[in-house]
Amino acid sequence: MHSSITKKLAITLLAWAIALVVFFPIFWMILTGFKTEGEAVATPPSLFFEPTLSGYHEVMARADYVKFAINSVVVSLGSTLLALLIAVPAAYSMAFLPTPRTRGTLLWMLSTKMLPPVGVLMPVYLLFRDMGLLDSLSGLIVIYMLMNLPIVVWMLYTFFKDVPKDILEAGRMDGAGTLQEVLYLLVPLTLPGIASTGLLSVILSWNEAFWSLNLTTSSAAPLTAFIASFSSPEGLFWAKLSAASTMAIAPILILGWMTQKQMVRGLTFGAVK
Amino acid sequence: MRPISLIPAAGVALLTSLAAHAETITVATVNNNDMIIMQGLTDEFEKAHPDIKLDWVVLEENVLRQRLTTDIATNGGQFDVMTIGTYEVPIWARQGWLTALDDLPKDYDEGDLLKPIRDGLSQKGKLYALPFYGESSMMYYRKDLFDKAGIQMTEQPTWKEVRGWADKLNDPDNGVYGICLRGKPGWGENMAFLSTLVNTYGGRWFDEKWHPEIDSPAWKEAVSFYVDMMKKDGPPGATSNGFNENQALFSSGKCGIWVDATSAAGRIFDPSESKVADELGFAPAPIAKTPKGSHWLWSWALAIPESSQSKDAAKTFITWATSKGYVDLVGEKKGWTSVPPGTRKSTYDNPKYQQAAPFADFVLKAIESADPTDPSIKPVPYTGVQYADIPEFQAIGTQVGQMIAAALAGQQTVDQALSAAQRSADRTMRQAGYYKD
Repeated sequence: MHSSITKKLAITLLAWAIALVVFFPIFWMILTGFKTEGEAVATPPSLFFEPTLSGYHEVMARADYVKFAINSVVVSLGSTLLALLIAVPAAYSMAFLPTPRTRGTLLWMLSTKMLPPVGVLMPVYLLFRDMGLLDSLSGLIVIYMLMNLPIVVWMLYTFFKDVPKDILEAGRMDGAGTLQEVLYLLVPLTLPGIASTGLLSVILSWNEAFWSLNLTTSSAAPLTAFIASFSSPEGLFWAKLSAASTMAIAPILILGWMTQKQMVRGLTFGAVK
Repeated sequence: MRPISLIPAAGVALLTSLAAHAETITVATVNNNDMIIMQGLTDEFEKAHPDIKLDWVVLEENVLRQRLTTDIATNGGQFDVMTIGTYEVPIWARQGWLTALDDLPKDYDEGDLLKPIRDGLSQKGKLYALPFYGESSMMYYRKDLFDKAGIQMTEQPTWKEVRGWADKLNDPDNGVYGICLRGKPGWGENMAFLSTLVNTYGGRWFDEKWHPEIDSPAWKEAVSFYVDMMKKDGPPGATSNGFNENQALFSSGKCGIWVDATSAAGRIFDPSESKVADELGFAPAPIAKTPKGSHWLWSWALAIPESSQSKDAAKTFITWATSKGYVDLVGEKKGWTSVPPGTRKSTYDNPKYQQAAPFADFVLKAIESADPTDPSIKPVPYTGVQYADIPEFQAIGTQVGQMIAAALAGQQTVDQALSAAQRSADRTMRQAGYYKD
């Protein structure tokens, strides 16, 4: 009895410690956003200081946050929806109608993630130039969709595999076609899994910085490009950069907070329980 | 409808048609202080030129360089104005990527541009970019610490003297280090400084046939001097200190001596950004065996890519942003220490600037005496004081910088670092086809 309480206490303390370590950089960034540039680089760092909004004022004066934020929302939601639209049928066929090559196909899809993106920058840039997709939201949506597709297919595949074939078969006995089978049986059954996959894809797209910096200039630039414009090799910039980063992660942080139950459930237990 | 109500309607229609005709140009620039001021003056430009609208892409130097190179090499046409340095301009001009700027308006007064800067942005006598600001390197020191230690600054300090002073000033127990120098690896970071040190010790990057000379005695002497002095009198963890970190160290009173870009002068002379503004002393960059190449030359300039669809509007903008009128505008709106330095003779003749910036003379002298075409005691096949104007240099410079940083961190000896650097530079040059033997 006594030892189990100590054990629980130890685990709780450990969990808190890990959480604090993980959260500390974000906490520090939020704090730094409210400092003056001088305080931001002061050594030793000051924990207690008079908060100021000057960093935020300057960031707002220099760039149109709302425009960047809208681009981020459109691109991450758009690419996620498109990825799900393609991945659900793909994962369905792989989970329920596997061929001897399914495993190889899955691994091959994943292997595309192993190439550093800069390796294909030139060909992609040329393709985009010729198709007129540079600095366009649709171009970015397509790239993000392609970037996340392997992960989305893999996750959906594992969730779908948990669904007993019998359920789908019962549906088929009642006269459901493939489309109805997917829409009315498979999707509702695996909704938590699909939701957590979608959320992950949204987060990955939101944070992606390589393609967004290289394929956009001004009209389609998302928040990652917005942050990038505040780091500098010259002069003091930490407070401004922290303020800009805080503004950029706020929406996704809040979304993550609100949906953490679904995320954890989807990612840890599998879809069907 | 009463006729009078037509007037506002017509006005709206006229405005809409004006807006529709306004040409939008995309300006890519570095987010250094002077460029942020330029971006802040967008309204002034658009007021004077209602038919042109500006769109900004502001990025950190290295990110911007990669972004612009991708676009210009693929003829992407995403930008109408590019902010590039004296390193890129000749290389890109040779590739035919930049628009020659040969028919500039009379009142632009091309002859007013400082000659070394102008030469750095020209290729075969044609200007390919207009200088936005220019810089050289010089020595900053703390007058109070020098007085306390009884040191007399000389008119042209030598590196030997500097080392003696750094030894005297070094007082880590009280948080003061004798000397702060760049240690962060990168061709534009530690190698910019180290190239000038090697030059003044009589070394060069390449011989006349493009063979690298990194394991030569001059390089060994210069780099050993640097590593020894930094280990003894430099701040701890110097390998992570670039320009910015050193500026923060110096302006918070932690360095006795700092040798770096002249463009820092305005900021460390500004009491709101610097604790040592009152005690600040200036001197020319130290020399060792020869004054040749002892201080660098760099300029950020505005260029128009050949792929731009709005070349005329872009030209209107770059001539505005690098004009005398722009310098006056910044002086009046932001204060005279904030004007872009190092481009025009007229800026240095301006009594308001001379009064606000007591360092102006040092900067002008440093820029005017820097000669990128003759940076070493021996002849060189390249142009550039702290770089060589070939595309391979970025990779070579950064690799050499990493190896010297490893020597500074004590992970290898200077000899090991330089011979490894020599091998890698030799391989790159051979593969690029500069020589076969």
